[in-house]
Amino acid sequence: MKYSGFKVLWEGLKGNTGWKPLWRKPDPKKNYDIIIVGGGGHGLATAYYLAEKFKITNIAVVEKGWLGSGNIGRNTTIIRSNYLLPQNQPFYEFSLKLWENLEQELNYNSMVSQRGVLNIFHSDSQRDAFVRRGNAMLMSGADASLLGVDALKKLVPFLDFQNSRFPIKGGLWQPRGGTVRHDAVAWGYAKEADSRGVDIIENCEVTNFLIKNGRCYGVETTKGVIKSKKVGVCVAGSSSQVMGKIGINLPIESHVLQAFVSEGLKPVIPGVITFGAGHFYVSQSNKGGLVFGGDIDGYNSYAQRGNLPVIEDVCEGGVALMPMIGRARLLRTWGGIMDMSMDGSPIIDKTKIRNLYFNGGWCYGGFKATPASGFCYAHLLATDKPHNDAKDFLFNRFERGRLIDEKGQGNQPNLH
Amino acid sequence: MLIDHPLLGPRDASEFIYMGDAKLLNRPNWKSQNSKTKFLDYGYLRKNPAGVHKELWYHEQGDRSWLLVTRNTVTHEILKVELARDTKGK
Repeated sequence: MKYSGFKVLWEGLKGNTGWKPLWRKPDPKKNYDIIIVGGGGHGLATAYYLAEKFKITNIAVVEKGWLGSGNIGRNTTIIRSNYLLPQNQPFYEFSLKLWENLEQELNYNSMVSQRGVLNIFHSDSQRDAFVRRGNAMLMSGADASLLGVDALKKLVPFLDFQNSRFPIKGGLWQPRGGTVRHDAVAWGYAKEADSRGVDIIENCEVTNFLIKNGRCYGVETTKGVIKSKKVGVCVAGSSSQVMGKIGINLPIESHVLQAFVSEGLKPVIPGVITFGAGHFYVSQSNKGGLVFGGDIDGYNSYAQRGNLPVIEDVCEGGVALMPMIGRARLLRTWGGIMDMSMDGSPIIDKTKIRNLYFNGGWCYGGFKATPASGFCYAHLLATDKPHNDAKDFLFNRFERGRLIDEKGQGNQPNLH
Repeated sequence: MLIDHPLLGPRDASEFIYMGDAKLLNRPNWKSQNSKTKFLDYGYLRKNPAGVHKELWYHEQGDRSWLLVTRNTVTHEILKVELARDTKGK
């Protein structure tokens, strides 16, 4: 189905009777070239780029629940490329460039809104660290600028500039960052993958892998056996559960991350703002709700719900940054299961089983990575070689001591 | 979550620091065969179960003891709490 302004008008006149489902509900075939396990943002993006860029269309995406029922529908929708390390930053900048053309490419309104991401700093030494980060961003081709207090007072006058513990000294500003309507990302990729012949099979849980002589040749599912030449796993918080079926332990712990939405308010927050003295970030949705979050709860969890101490901690961060948030009422909180890796960076790699591939370890930064993760995973699945921008996201970095540790926290996933 | 400390009774989980999988108690011997592989496994690889998990919690805001907590990662139910020093090597 093609969308256009004319079509919206036409359907408005016809009482919106002509809209059709965006993807089919096919039964699985017996054989595919590639099976993607996991129908979330990354899995659907992988299927789309395999079909569009690598011309492989005999693909099934098998999903345990309904399409986009995991973290693609549970995140805080921020896109940005403000990383420091040379293994990470070019990848996230590649992702941001893909975001910028996403709606035209998918012919789907995913509401990519480049309203800017602002990282506040509160001390001279933090300013130095953010200057360094900004320079790393510029070197990767991204945009970044340093804003002083005067510029911030024009942009975000409601911040607590004179906070006695954490006075605001300025901010690192990435105008190209912003927010995206997260569900629409999954729906847009699903629509275009489906129209190229990809079978998206929902409510179909993978129960085991078919392996013979160290080679994977398909999966067992709740809808029967499906064979394929290659299998790509891409299941975020369930990574350890899925790979554990064949005895593979991953450098990953699953943790719960909570997110929050306030009641709808008039437009007040221009972009995304992050607090530099604690973990708190906030943006305002198009419906007016303040969308915010902070730290993970910090213990292994598959519960998709968190506990109150973290809610208190996040709200304290919010009030310290912008006291006016204390007047907003919290409407909803929810939790998602993060695949927290041992160094805070992802893995897009082959496994020790031939023809079985793995994509995971996105910690709580997976949403912004969706397009590049799909593109680079598609590149690996199609060519057996890592994409140049994801060439360091390999399993063997842990045994080689080449960790990609943005925060320098070591093998303690709840600190990344 | 309330952690029923063996010495102090029920304490709020926010008094504790979470250190993860209790396998960290069993540090491999660096002189053993395949010690490189064993340390990779010890340092980085985790079973990460959905269900019963044995894990280490450090009572930083209390008596600074290390606890071995058996907890369900799906329901957050705490099934058993022991002092780590009583269980080491068992």
